[in-house]
Amino acid sequence: MNLPGEAQGWICAACGGELEMMKVGFTYMKGNFEVDLPACRNCGLVLVSEELATGKMADAERILEDK
Amino acid sequence: MKQDNLREWEQKCIQEEPPECTAACPIHIDARLFVKEMGRGDHEAAFKVLAKTMPFPGILGRICDHPCELKCKRGEVEAPIAIGLLERNCVERATGKVRVQLLPRRGQTIAILGGGLAGLTAAWDLLRKGFGVTIFERSHELGGSLREFPGNTLPQEIIDEELAVLDTLKADCRLGQALDATVFEDICREFDAVFIDREAVAGCNLPLKLDDAGEITIDAASGATDREGVYAGGGTRCIGAYSPINETIQGRKGSLSIERFIQKANMGAGRENDGPFQTRLFTSIAGIDPIPRVQPKDAEAGFSNEEALAEAGRCIQCECMECVKVCLYLERYQAYPKKYARQIFNNEQVIYGAAHTKNQFVNSCSTCGLCETVCPNAFNMGDLCLQARRAMNEQKFMPLSFHEFALTDMAHSNGEQFAFSHHQPGTEGSAWLYFPSCQLCATSPGEVISSYRFLQERLTGGVGVMLGCCGAPAYWAGRDDLFRETMDALRTQWEQLGSPRVITACSTCLSLFREQIPGMEAVSLWRVLEETGLPVDACAATGTTVAVADPCITRHDPETQGSVRRIAGAIGMTIEELPLSGDKPECCGYGGLMYNANPKLAKDVIDRRASTKTADPGKYYHTTVSGHDYLAYCAMCRDKLAGAGKRVSHLIELIFPTVAGGDPAARGWISWSQRRTNRARVKQELLRELGGKGEDIVEPYANILLEMTPEVSRRIDERRILEGDVRTVIDHAERSGQRLRNSASGQYRACLQSGNVTFWVDYTPADNRFQVHNAYCHRMKIVGVKK
Repeated sequence: MNLPGEAQGWICAACGGELEMMKVGFTYMKGNFEVDLPACRNCGLVLVSEELATGKMADAERILEDK
Repeated sequence: MKQDNLREWEQKCIQEEPPECTAACPIHIDARLFVKEMGRGDHEAAFKVLAKTMPFPGILGRICDHPCELKCKRGEVEAPIAIGLLERNCVERATGKVRVQLLPRRGQTIAILGGGLAGLTAAWDLLRKGFGVTIFERSHELGGSLREFPGNTLPQEIIDEELAVLDTLKADCRLGQALDATVFEDICREFDAVFIDREAVAGCNLPLKLDDAGEITIDAASGATDREGVYAGGGTRCIGAYSPINETIQGRKGSLSIERFIQKANMGAGRENDGPFQTRLFTSIAGIDPIPRVQPKDAEAGFSNEEALAEAGRCIQCECMECVKVCLYLERYQAYPKKYARQIFNNEQVIYGAAHTKNQFVNSCSTCGLCETVCPNAFNMGDLCLQARRAMNEQKFMPLSFHEFALTDMAHSNGEQFAFSHHQPGTEGSAWLYFPSCQLCATSPGEVISSYRFLQERLTGGVGVMLGCCGAPAYWAGRDDLFRETMDALRTQWEQLGSPRVITACSTCLSLFREQIPGMEAVSLWRVLEETGLPVDACAATGTTVAVADPCITRHDPETQGSVRRIAGAIGMTIEELPLSGDKPECCGYGGLMYNANPKLAKDVIDRRASTKTADPGKYYHTTVSGHDYLAYCAMCRDKLAGAGKRVSHLIELIFPTVAGGDPAARGWISWSQRRTNRARVKQELLRELGGKGEDIVEPYANILLEMTPEVSRRIDERRILEGDVRTVIDHAERSGQRLRNSASGQYRACLQSGNVTFWVDYTPADNRFQVHNAYCHRMKIVGVKK
């Protein structure tokens, strides 16, 4: 899987490894989700972009809060 | 919310009440909708509106004596809408036929004595209700007085066409019938009920009770005569004032009474609004420009289509919407309080698993109370929303995110970094207690300290001081538990200080103290300064004009509002009154925690209050602004207006200037982080004055020095990310090494979950400090990579 544009150029500073698309687990308001996100296979560091955090993630939070 | 509570709220909002024209119309034609359709040039749609309520619209539409026009609100501006002429224009041109929806046939048969308009209306109504109808008419044609109108107003063939519907409905029309007492007795025996059109039975000597004028006596409400099952009406001609619409309503009343008589139903129930009534709808005519009533060029022919269009265009489409006109929140959700009450009720009642889709709506109201002031019925949306928020907390479906930041800020104010109370240095008792408020200390720490020193000089008996938050955020969040706890703690401290008179510089604190703490005498700083006089170094603002931005909480506090204006006058200012001031101030978007639960709405609210943007066409809400500087006396009003780019100063900045000859109105916005630092500064300063060492309370990670551009600083503040949050993330990233690096820019990106929020920071280490490029956050928790 290719990295989305906003993840280009980021590497894990802990191990120097490239990021690759991986399944990342999230939890909110008793709900659990999995999203494909750039992450470091070795260290488990995840990249949540500004666009994702203030866009789709914020929208999903609102919907879950109303449940 | 209980059902009956919902009813009470709904009943208060009058937006759905009928307009004056409909209420004045004896048969309640929806004249507002009719005129609206005519204004669109849609004769067919307009005709349908008439036909829904009007029997024989082709007849009545030509001759109605339109009592609606007497009540038309346009009449209060210049002249009422010519509804009568519009009806004539409509029915003369519409080609649509009346579509009759019949109810199932019933076994009973009704006799109608007399085929005037009253009798014909009763026949029409009863036929539609499924009764068998027989009309007895002495003459050789139906219509009675209708036949006497001039042919160019009501042609004979139109009458015949319209009455043909009676044949279609299989009415038995017996023309040329003798009507006398004997025939009448036979009819009464044969039929289940009788309606008498009084116009048609003059001189028949029917055995019924008569009045002094020789008319059959009827009960005004039901049309009942003195004989059971016999109803009567009409006959306005006999009293010399033929009124087609009154003939119609009397026929209609009679038919309704007959239906109830046959069903043995309650005769009077639910009939309060039969016939003309006084509507509860309020319609403002303020700002409506006079437009002369259109006079038809050819009076005999009535309106041309162009004339009808122009005349219908004068209609103001009566409605209330007084609250929506002054509130962006109420407008944004595209309805009005009656509908909102129902939505809030439904939001509470949702069955398990469904979404509470109105959560954000309930929590977006500033609770400022302006709606109550402008509402003819005192509907207070804020009270409704606060009630709903308490229920949301009790039923445990209040989203944390709506209030968490505000409640955390409140906890900061009531925590060790700020909360504090003490007698005046060097004294053992307090006649007075200064409670400057958490938000004023956050925005104007220097001025607060100066004002405290001044009060100590001018007042006798000792002026103690108390720092803390009054609990307003908890009140607004519907967190009564937390609010009570806060109030109780404040009251205890106040009592320990000897229950002194409280002076506060915040109108919200003042209002809550007066409402919530019995026995506490609380007064505004501004009122006290009127008594003590102003300091000599108060700003000399001679020649400047300001618009006073009253905080919404002072709506019912003219004393404070007056003090502020007198002080502003005393330092030389000329005051311009905003249209929404005094008992009608708007909220800045902080009240009710709107900014917390709905930041976008709060931003729109303050942007509109700060700019001279003209009203959007087609929108109700248009704000009132002034080109002059604003004078605020609420810290949040100052900060919000300044944040939106408006030149605004706080009164305390003018009375206790920190820089001689400065321009406080140019100070601009301040961040949430700075607010906390400022609060802590006030406490440290007071501790020093009490002889303490005044050691700074060290913030965690204070050794991590940050640098950021004003744009970054503003952006992260709008996201309610504190500098402390940024420091925590950087500290963790630098110590753990858990960070991402951008190979092109060399920037680091790191995140850390703190409480319920995960913060992300883009930064670059630079010497002994950190350049911050961006920060953002989310509330979803990262569990981790799935292996």
